[in-house]
Amino acid sequence: MKRYSVFAVAREALRQHQGWERAWPNAEPKARYDAIIVGAGGHGLATAYYLGRNHGIRNVAIIEKGWLGGGNTGRNTTIIRSNYLQDPSAAIYEKARSLFETLSQELNYNVMFSPRGVMMLAQTQHEIRGYKRTAMANSLQGVTTEFISPARVKELVPIINLEGPRYPVLGALWQPRGGTARHDAVAWGYARACAAMGMDIIQKCEVTGVSQKDGKVTGISTTRGDIACDKLGIVVAGHSGVMANHAGFRLPIESVALQALVSEPIKPCMDVVVMANTVHGYMSQSDKGEMVIGGGTDGFNNYTQRGSFHHIEETVRALNETFPMISRLKMLRQWGGIVDMTGDRSPIISKTPLGNCFVNCGWGTGGFKAIPGSGWAMAELMAKGEPGPLALEFNMWRFKEGKFIDESVAAGVAH
Amino acid sequence: MLTLTCPYCGVAAEETELTAGGEAHLKRFGPGSSDDDLETYLFLRENPKGVHFERWRHSFGCGKWFLAARDTNTLEVFGTYPAQSKAPPKPIKDAITAKRPGWSWREFK
Repeated sequence: MKRYSVFAVAREALRQHQGWERAWPNAEPKARYDAIIVGAGGHGLATAYYLGRNHGIRNVAIIEKGWLGGGNTGRNTTIIRSNYLQDPSAAIYEKARSLFETLSQELNYNVMFSPRGVMMLAQTQHEIRGYKRTAMANSLQGVTTEFISPARVKELVPIINLEGPRYPVLGALWQPRGGTARHDAVAWGYARACAAMGMDIIQKCEVTGVSQKDGKVTGISTTRGDIACDKLGIVVAGHSGVMANHAGFRLPIESVALQALVSEPIKPCMDVVVMANTVHGYMSQSDKGEMVIGGGTDGFNNYTQRGSFHHIEETVRALNETFPMISRLKMLRQWGGIVDMTGDRSPIISKTPLGNCFVNCGWGTGGFKAIPGSGWAMAELMAKGEPGPLALEFNMWRFKEGKFIDESVAAGVAH
Repeated sequence: MLTLTCPYCGVAAEETELTAGGEAHLKRFGPGSSDDDLETYLFLRENPKGVHFERWRHSFGCGKWFLAARDTNTLEVFGTYPAQSKAPPKPIKDAITAKRPGWSWREFK
């Protein structure tokens, strides 16, 4: 793999850019791998990358039904933050956020991490108390956040309306090193780094079955033939239930549609990310100038990658009060992704009832921000066969034991 | 937009009139049940890509709970039926079989 650098750009400029090579080859499946990861989204690719980088396991295939990064990795609102209440959540999301800080340099691929700051508005008395508590929990966890006043909110976001009749802004939880990154580039950067380690990225290859012997996984059947493996990692977000069905166990997961939309591009007007959990909306401005708006999930099971129109209407209507200037913006595009929701709204990184088969799912509506940390923890679990400190409490049996990591209560909404 | 016909008042209600209530035909477990049964009842849900049975409430209408058979992959509705049903009535099952031969769901208890 040729390194990207300023010198490479200069060299290629002199020869009409004829010398760039493919970032990763289109691999054909081999008969056997040490480890197979199902799902070439951010989490799957990050898992493969850290398997190679941290644990030296490089005979790895990443199998993808569609195209690389075409699922939720390409369908989110790219927000990165780690201001969670519960300790296990703060640990893994902060690990992810801190890895994002140097990810471009590490992967030699510009993921455009922009730590512009993330603000979560407190619009009810309940939220003020909740966010103050979170800020204190964060300071114990070593995550830098603070509760800021409405005046400071206005200073950071001049376009905001503090005095909305229904949803006044009473303060905010502010994480100055949160931000955004280019979502596709995260997948592409990991894919390129995986390919450089000799891993196979196999696209347009759907898994149709999981074979097992004596309670241990032996391989998978796919639309492009059978492939044997010693270890299997299932990292397929919304289709986790379908894959678990192939492998013969159940997961405490339901799949629903989550939507987002972008406006027409406008001049720079907001250089932080603003989340308003009471009204279920969040907004940031992309580098292209579009206002990127995320909304809520539908209440029913859905695999269609599109959501109900009235959710968009509700989100935009509520954000209109807080940001009056968006009322005359045209919305350009809307899309949906299928998110995997657990009972406590926290992920599952776990061994499964099937030996040598591991699952990483349940990231629900907030998986993008966790990609590096999730991959790090999943790689450790797959390499050692036992969870490390980051994954330990995210096992799939916590529901039976009542050991929830209850972020749905902590955040008040899905997050 | 999803439209379900309420089996009680007969109104073809669109999504904003309705509240989704999750999986239908759950067997309930309470105090004294085993950990496995309680976990299954509280957290493990069918999550099929295809035929699914759900509880819905006609919240902004007659207010009654009812059950619906739906395809989660195409959003097609096969029919609705009263909440007291232990299993989907035959016409609903036939309607599903006509369009999805060989469909399966968990056992109806």
